[in-house]
Amino acid sequence: MTFLKNYGVTLLVWVVLLAVPFWFPYVGGYTGLGTRTIVMALAAMSVNFLLGFTGVLSFGHAAYLGLGAYGAGMTIKYLLPSTPLGLLIGVLAGTLGAMAIGAMIVRLRGVYFAMVTIAFGQVFYFIAFRWSSVTGGDDGLTGWKRVPLDLGFTRIDILGNDVAFYYFCLVCLAASAGIMALLLRSPFGRTLLAIRENERRARFLGISVDQHIWLSFVISAAFASLAGVLYAYLDNFVDPRAFHWQQSGEFVIMVVLGGMRSFWGPLIGAAIFEVLQDKLSSFTDNWMSLLGLFFVLVVVFFPRGVLGAFGRKPTP
Amino acid sequence: MTQVILFNLLNGLIVGAFYALMALGLSLILNLSGVINFAHGGFLALGAYLAYSLMPTIGFWGALLLAPILTAFLGLAVERLLIRRLYGRDPLYSLLLTFGLAFIFQDGLRYVWGAQSVPYQIPGWLASPLSMDYFFLTGYRVFMMIVVALAVAGLFLVLGYTRLGMRIRAGTLDLDTVSVLGVNVRVLRNLNFGLGIYLAGLAGVLAAGMLGLSPTIGDQLIMPSFVAIIVGGLGSLPGTLVGGLLIGVAAGMTTVFFPTATEAVIYVMMALVLIVKPSGLFGDEGRLR
Repeated sequence: MTFLKNYGVTLLVWVVLLAVPFWFPYVGGYTGLGTRTIVMALAAMSVNFLLGFTGVLSFGHAAYLGLGAYGAGMTIKYLLPSTPLGLLIGVLAGTLGAMAIGAMIVRLRGVYFAMVTIAFGQVFYFIAFRWSSVTGGDDGLTGWKRVPLDLGFTRIDILGNDVAFYYFCLVCLAASAGIMALLLRSPFGRTLLAIRENERRARFLGISVDQHIWLSFVISAAFASLAGVLYAYLDNFVDPRAFHWQQSGEFVIMVVLGGMRSFWGPLIGAAIFEVLQDKLSSFTDNWMSLLGLFFVLVVVFFPRGVLGAFGRKPTP
Repeated sequence: MTQVILFNLLNGLIVGAFYALMALGLSLILNLSGVINFAHGGFLALGAYLAYSLMPTIGFWGALLLAPILTAFLGLAVERLLIRRLYGRDPLYSLLLTFGLAFIFQDGLRYVWGAQSVPYQIPGWLASPLSMDYFFLTGYRVFMMIVVALAVAGLFLVLGYTRLGMRIRAGTLDLDTVSVLGVNVRVLRNLNFGLGIYLAGLAGVLAAGMLGLSPTIGDQLIMPSFVAIIVGGLGSLPGTLVGGLLIGVAAGMTTVFFPTATEAVIYVMMALVLIVKPSGLFGDEGRLR
């Protein structure tokens, strides 16, 4: 019984996720939407690693989504058509970007930290937009495709088979979630929680707060860029909007909607958000207003999110 | 070459003046209430469209006068109904709220006035160049600079010498003490928000005459305004003014020598400032945390 109590939620989440290709089409979804949801959920979970467990708000995580996406796409297009290599370079690009930007902003806090992350996100947007000979500019990076996985003994056709690609993304999500959960249970993760709860006290205890926040920022961005790689693989396409602050804002609303400070909250938030957006944009042209209204309603009436509503009251 | 440089210098100054006007409004709200107003660009666009619709009835000057005031009243209402609920909560919530409002604004403007850009008529005598050699120096550009300068001077006079301005400045430093001294902080924040939105509306009306009018007019101005605040310094309004002009001129000069980097250069400046002095050029170190 203790096992069920401790791991019941995790078990339930994985059963539901593993079965998505079998039940999702019956409730009006399609496998591509399911894949998109788990990819966005990975990005939202990475934002939550920072926001929910370190107490730092990044409103610019689209920058790392975009770096991962362009890194992977450009690797396959210009360097070598290899899915794992694209993944590696994409994640590397995002992580290095986060290391540099993180070092510049780590001394800021709160609302100023958020503002600077927003502004930095735009640099990459303009680079992708302007450097059209390499990035394809406004039309996006096209003319490349993800490549089927060759494992030596067998070949997995993640290109032609949507369900296979879904499971490929799910494996990435599982690995990321596992690493994040382990990190949060480690002394490092506990230190992050201490910083979130009371930065000044953590500082007095001799914890190098800035370094911890920097590292947490970089780890979070690494997972965001992994989500970016999968995001690019999903459509075999990426355009500058991957970098846009609108995308960053969507990650944050997913986190809040699902319940920040809960590990699986962002997954639920991403699922609600993606399905809602998919349905809204198919039946009205004014879906942007409705989406905006949705933001306002969540913030005003439902600030603790789906999972937060059951958990303990978050401190303001 | 001199002509090209002068042209871009002037362009940079004018664009910088817009950034500054918008950033001053953002800064006022940020300093007193800790709210990053993402919807600022939406208010700016609304001011411009209101002026566009009012002009046939009350003329160019009437619209210039009235449209920002109407926008400010809407700002007062939005603060009163929505943003006020979120004071004292994590800044995340007000950020998301104004983010949602920005969506609603953009879509609403497109719904009412259409997605296509519409021409904004300015009086003929303002549109003509002042000199043949310097064809780019139209009367409207000079006029715009004068209006912006007057607005900024007016703002600093209000902040420096009126009771409201003194309370806003005091509240920026320590809102709790101001409240304890008997000032109604709710009203103060409301008026301060309205003042910020008035500046956005004014910037919108002026920008409409130069950039043309489309629902996304505010979008291209809001990010540079954030950068202006960061470069100029956290918590410092003169800093914000300098920051806006500085990045405007820097972007203008970059257009001459390396046009593809026009947008990117202001972010490079921001990075440099953050490395050297994280609180910005004229910033207050105490606001870092």
